[in-house]
Amino acid sequence: MESVYIFDFICLTSAFLPFFSQVSILLAIELIWNLCEVLFIDAAPAGSLLLHLLDWVRLHKADVDEKAKDVLQSDSPAEHHNYWDVVVSYVLQGRLEEARQMLVKQATLQPASRNMYKLMDSLLSKMPFYNPGGTQTLTEFDVKWRNWHEEVDRYLKDNTFASNRHLELICKILVGDEDTLLEQKELLSTWYHFLVTRLLYSHPTVKPTDLHYYAQSCLTMFLDSRSVQEPLDSILLAAFEFDIYLVIKDCSIVLNNWWFVAHLTDLLDHCKLLQSHNLNFGSNMREFLLLEYASGLFTHHSLWQCAVDYFDHCPELGRACLELQIERVPLDTERKALKVLRICEERQMSEQVRSICKIMAMRALRNNRLGSALSWSIRAKDAAFATLISERFLQDYCAKGTFSDLDLIDNLGPAMLLSDRLTFLGKYREFHKLYGEKRFKEAAKLLLSLMTAKIAPRSFWMTLLTDALPLLEQKEVIFSADQTYELMYCLEELTSSLDTEEDVEQTKVELLRLSLARNLAMAIVKEGTVET
Amino acid sequence: MESAKYVSQKISKTRWRPVSYSSLQQPDIFVTGSWDNEENKVSVWSIGNLGSSGLEDGFEGDPQLICEQKHDGDVLDLQFLDQERIVTVSSTGAVTIFRQDQNSQTMSICKHWARAHRYPSDNAPSTGVACNSPEIVTVGEDGRIIVFRADQEGVVRVIENADSSTLHAVTYLRTTEVLTVNSIGQLKLWDLRQQSNSPSQILSLSRDRVPLYCVDRHPNQQHIVATGGQDGMLCVWDVRQGNMPFSLMEAHSAEMWEVHFHPTNPDHLFTCSEDGSLLHWETSSPSEMPSFLQGGRNSNMTSRSAMAPAGGNQSIISAWLHGDSSKSRLETTHMLPSQTLSVNSLDVLGQCLVCGTDGEAIFVNRQVPV
Repeated sequence: MESVYIFDFICLTSAFLPFFSQVSILLAIELIWNLCEVLFIDAAPAGSLLLHLLDWVRLHKADVDEKAKDVLQSDSPAEHHNYWDVVVSYVLQGRLEEARQMLVKQATLQPASRNMYKLMDSLLSKMPFYNPGGTQTLTEFDVKWRNWHEEVDRYLKDNTFASNRHLELICKILVGDEDTLLEQKELLSTWYHFLVTRLLYSHPTVKPTDLHYYAQSCLTMFLDSRSVQEPLDSILLAAFEFDIYLVIKDCSIVLNNWWFVAHLTDLLDHCKLLQSHNLNFGSNMREFLLLEYASGLFTHHSLWQCAVDYFDHCPELGRACLELQIERVPLDTERKALKVLRICEERQMSEQVRSICKIMAMRALRNNRLGSALSWSIRAKDAAFATLISERFLQDYCAKGTFSDLDLIDNLGPAMLLSDRLTFLGKYREFHKLYGEKRFKEAAKLLLSLMTAKIAPRSFWMTLLTDALPLLEQKEVIFSADQTYELMYCLEELTSSLDTEEDVEQTKVELLRLSLARNLAMAIVKEGTVET
Repeated sequence: MESAKYVSQKISKTRWRPVSYSSLQQPDIFVTGSWDNEENKVSVWSIGNLGSSGLEDGFEGDPQLICEQKHDGDVLDLQFLDQERIVTVSSTGAVTIFRQDQNSQTMSICKHWARAHRYPSDNAPSTGVACNSPEIVTVGEDGRIIVFRADQEGVVRVIENADSSTLHAVTYLRTTEVLTVNSIGQLKLWDLRQQSNSPSQILSLSRDRVPLYCVDRHPNQQHIVATGGQDGMLCVWDVRQGNMPFSLMEAHSAEMWEVHFHPTNPDHLFTCSEDGSLLHWETSSPSEMPSFLQGGRNSNMTSRSAMAPAGGNQSIISAWLHGDSSKSRLETTHMLPSQTLSVNSLDVLGQCLVCGTDGEAIFVNRQVPV
């Protein structure tokens, strides 16, 4: 499903953006998603939790690296106006190695303060970081960290770095002084960065359950009278409170498209983190959101194909929704109709197959493409429609006297069996072919069987009998006596059911009776003659 | 190994730009056409210079977009007329010639026949095109066959009602003869020198007349064609032999959209399908010699098909005609990672293969083992 996420996400965010700029929405979504991964899915315990949160903050604050690049590429990095900003930012993010490397450059410029720099360097290098894979327990780490913290505090109280305000600042940060951290608002830029830094330097063993206390207080401290709590902040707070439902609800409201909540909920559901919250209309929240999302996709001119996969993964209502939606895909070309049909056939949606084939067949019929119409009715195994098409052919024949589209009728093959009318059409054409090839006996036999085997519709019998006339009028006897009796029987059957007031028919009937009688006479004589 | 390039448009057709056979260059430019978008496009891509040798992977970098041009309607077929010009046929029934200017890297429309294929009161999509410069033949859902010349304004010839069903594809057999396939499983040969509106020959399977969607002619033997259709079966026909295909092979589990013989190594054949797979077929004769050089002693003759080859010339027998799916004679390989949406189109030239999918992805493989 991954590739599906990527490309349709990009299409949709560009389609559904209300108020925010494209970039900021993407960044916000990524921020929330990563935090949810850390908190809900990785579910890191105390110790690792902070490390993950540090990663999370570092991932979303790229400007430090840009600034650092600028500084390092300058002629004298240590004198660059952004130099100290970079160093402090590194410290705020817990990137102490890099901070040390930067500080070395400053140290070489100030040989007089060499000892101070050496001391700072050693403090930075000694800060303990929890190693989840290691043998150290959390308690042991905590003890170590407290020792280090006390050491830093001592140096601070002794005013060791007092002569250098930058190093003093760094020292205060290391000790976790809240006011100092708050002063770095500009470098921190967000309250959650503030939160993570504060935790790093005062409560590195924070437990997941305590997280929200710190989150709430950090948010309050960070926001002053100027700034107001934004929707993004509420969502992040809800995440820190481990309130999955609140996160999903707020995201649904704030973000004007279902992509994010649908996929997040799906992911959480797969991790078994969502207790099924049964909604009133019988499906659970994950399915509800996925259906909403997929239904939205279906209205897109080209993403409807992806939507099918989503419906497949909704066990309760997915199929029903798909059945409703698939019939509404506009079918401009046969190729598109074929793809839609394949989707339906793979899921045994025979109703939809029939209806789509019928639409295509009707369209073909309207445009006089009888072969296409037949091909669609074969696919749908729609005997009724095949009958309709055959009727068209037969009507054409009666009107023009010849068959149109011989390439189709001559090559029906097994499709002929789909409908009686179609079979008749094929056989009738065969009769004409036999007659054309002067194979009269076979033609006669076929003609008779069309009536006696009830393949021909009653309405066509008159035409068939009229077709028999030239065979009856031949010098050579073609119809045997028995066959003639059968023909007479057919004629009687026909006339008894026909309206006898039609004069035209009357003349024809008379003519036929005469021919049949004559033929019968000749046949009896012929059959009674002994060949010597 | 291929990597996918996601291009935000569903690809309906893709073709390599021809390279001159004298130079042993591998192709480096291909064109794609899109479908199902509100605004469809014809785009030209480059896979860069392959001057440097020795890369283990099959790919060097993403295809880069050189230029693109809007296209009205879905691009239902696309062919190169020559090095610079591309012909497309559209779901609106229009036929268009694009010219790509190599120097300025832009593309422009140099000829456009709107509504060439049509119904009396509606548009009829045009479904296939074949080129034999300067002649162009197109077919469509309206059952017409239309002949154009690239240097003439009007239409050269229209065969009205050539078929009562949709013609899905067309290919040249000889310079004066084309072959079409339709929705009722028929192959029809048309002699363009004749003025009549009937085909010179009709072939079809004696069993179910399954709609056929693609056809390709063997590069060296003009009487051998391969077709694919709705049931995903690959059929190889000898058009001289009449109503029976020589071999029927189960290929895909859904519609086969395109079939291509490799232009210089015709023992290799490629097919792609709605089921998301692209298969590479390779015939090999047991003695490891290319089958077409084996002459009359081709052991493939002992297969179930008892027909003697027509024309008496036994020295060139295509292994395809006796192919069946027993592993000793025919090998198939899947060329794509599994689970893509429909692969709509493919093209192969030299050692390079390109294909486009409904997953809005293009795959390029530069080391096809041929």
